Amino acid sequence: MNLTLKIWRQAGPDAKGSMETYPVSDISPDMSFLEMIDVLNDQLVRDGKDPVAFDHDCREGICGMCSMYINGEAHGPGRGVTTCQLHMRSFSDGETIYIEPWRAAAFPIIKDLVTDRGAFDRIIQAGGYVSVNTSGNTQDANALPIPKDNADKAFDAATCIGCGACVATCKNSSAMLFTSAKVSQLALLPQGEPEAARRVQRMVAQMDEEGFGNCTNTGACEVECPKGISLENIARMNREFLKAQFTSEK
Amino acid sequence: MSKSAILKSSLAKKYWMGFTGLFLCVFLLGHLAGNLQLFMTGVEGQFQFNEYAKFMTTNPAVKILSYVTYISILFHAIDGLILTIRNAKARPQKYAYNKPSANSTWASRNMGVLGTVLLAFIVTHMTNFWAKMHFSEVPFMTADPEGKILEEPLKDLHTIVMQFFNPAENSMALVAVILYVVSMIAIGFHLSHGFQSGFQSLGFKNEKYKSIIDLSGKAFSIVVPLLFAIIPIYLYVIQVM
Repeated sequence: MNLTLKIWRQAGPDAKGSMETYPVSDISPDMSFLEMIDVLNDQLVRDGKDPVAFDHDCREGICGMCSMYINGEAHGPGRGVTTCQLHMRSFSDGETIYIEPWRAAAFPIIKDLVTDRGAFDRIIQAGGYVSVNTSGNTQDANALPIPKDNADKAFDAATCIGCGACVATCKNSSAMLFTSAKVSQLALLPQGEPEAARRVQRMVAQMDEEGFGNCTNTGACEVECPKGISLENIARMNREFLKAQFTSEK
Repeated sequence: MSKSAILKSSLAKKYWMGFTGLFLCVFLLGHLAGNLQLFMTGVEGQFQFNEYAKFMTTNPAVKILSYVTYISILFHAIDGLILTIRNAKARPQKYAYNKPSANSTWASRNMGVLGTVLLAFIVTHMTNFWAKMHFSEVPFMTADPEGKILEEPLKDLHTIVMQFFNPAENSMALVAVILYVVSMIAIGFHLSHGFQSGFQSLGFKNEKYKSIIDLSGKAFSIVVPLLFAIIPIYLYVIQVM
């Protein structure tokens, strides 16, 4: 396959960026999208040019590192896939492919396609955990009875890999799907119950502080999410937050 | 978490948006019920509509409701404006190539535009009918359908409405009908996203209720604007023929 790539190049956080054009040739349809970028970078290095910086790690679709806004969609045209699991057979020979970083004020660009998604970490740190006493006689989690439906829903929410596709695809750069998945996975389980009110209040406050936009329920995030995190989580977070306003004393 | 979270938080803005929006959906039903009386013909219809108009402008309970409605419209518009500005700030640099149609409906992405159209409609609509009823000189209905002289003459809003959509009385009648229908299409699109979105924001949507909420939203967004839109077309057509 021969392709024309239009890639966002930006030397540093404060540098002015622009879309640059790169032709690539002899691309196998069985390559992953990241492998195709590897081929381009190999070519750039050989030519003595600066390779395109991009995030990647496991390349198995489970780490949440790879990103890239490809042809107007987060993680490209596929559904339920991360960029590393997107294959070149999804494109046609001779196609022009636009590749951009996640665009959000809360995800500042570090270089080229690499953004700083530390805002997600800070949302988790604000309350996305359960406090457990390490007294030595901690109860086995399996000893607690949990309804199967709740366990399944909590597990589904917990499959969020925090890649940020929801923010990237949302017209408002809202982090509601991510935050609600992290709220839900704990709110549905007895272990998360005692801190439920404090958790949702703190995580939402942190989410607002980071400069993410507000959810307008377009549902784009759910469609583009590589893990299929449901909008139901956002409704649950809305419920949890409202409940917390009445039950929490702070 | 400060005490003002219910006002300041991004989620609180959504609650208010959903709450006022759903209240306005209820208002639409009431307004529609009133408008449908325009299908009643003759002097009976005229009397019925004017009695109703009198009730709507003088009953104290209705008055309170009308103020709640004005406040809801203003709040919904201002809150929406604040959200739109904040959301634009959350993405200062736009994508060079974006394909939002792949994952969301046009209406869901253009609620601000649709809302602005509706606000303009509400302003002109109230100028044409509400302001006339309240502030300008209006014809009066002096007798009931049986010919009995009324103790207190009724403001004849029915005639104002009929004349407004009558090309013999109003040279802009056809334009008015067209703009009215266009506005109802806009409200249909606004509702097609807004109805279910309000329930989602207030946290009502879950596995159990999602399908019924979505279905009701679709039905509401088609049936209500359609019934509203038929009325001026009907009034125009019967007066031309």
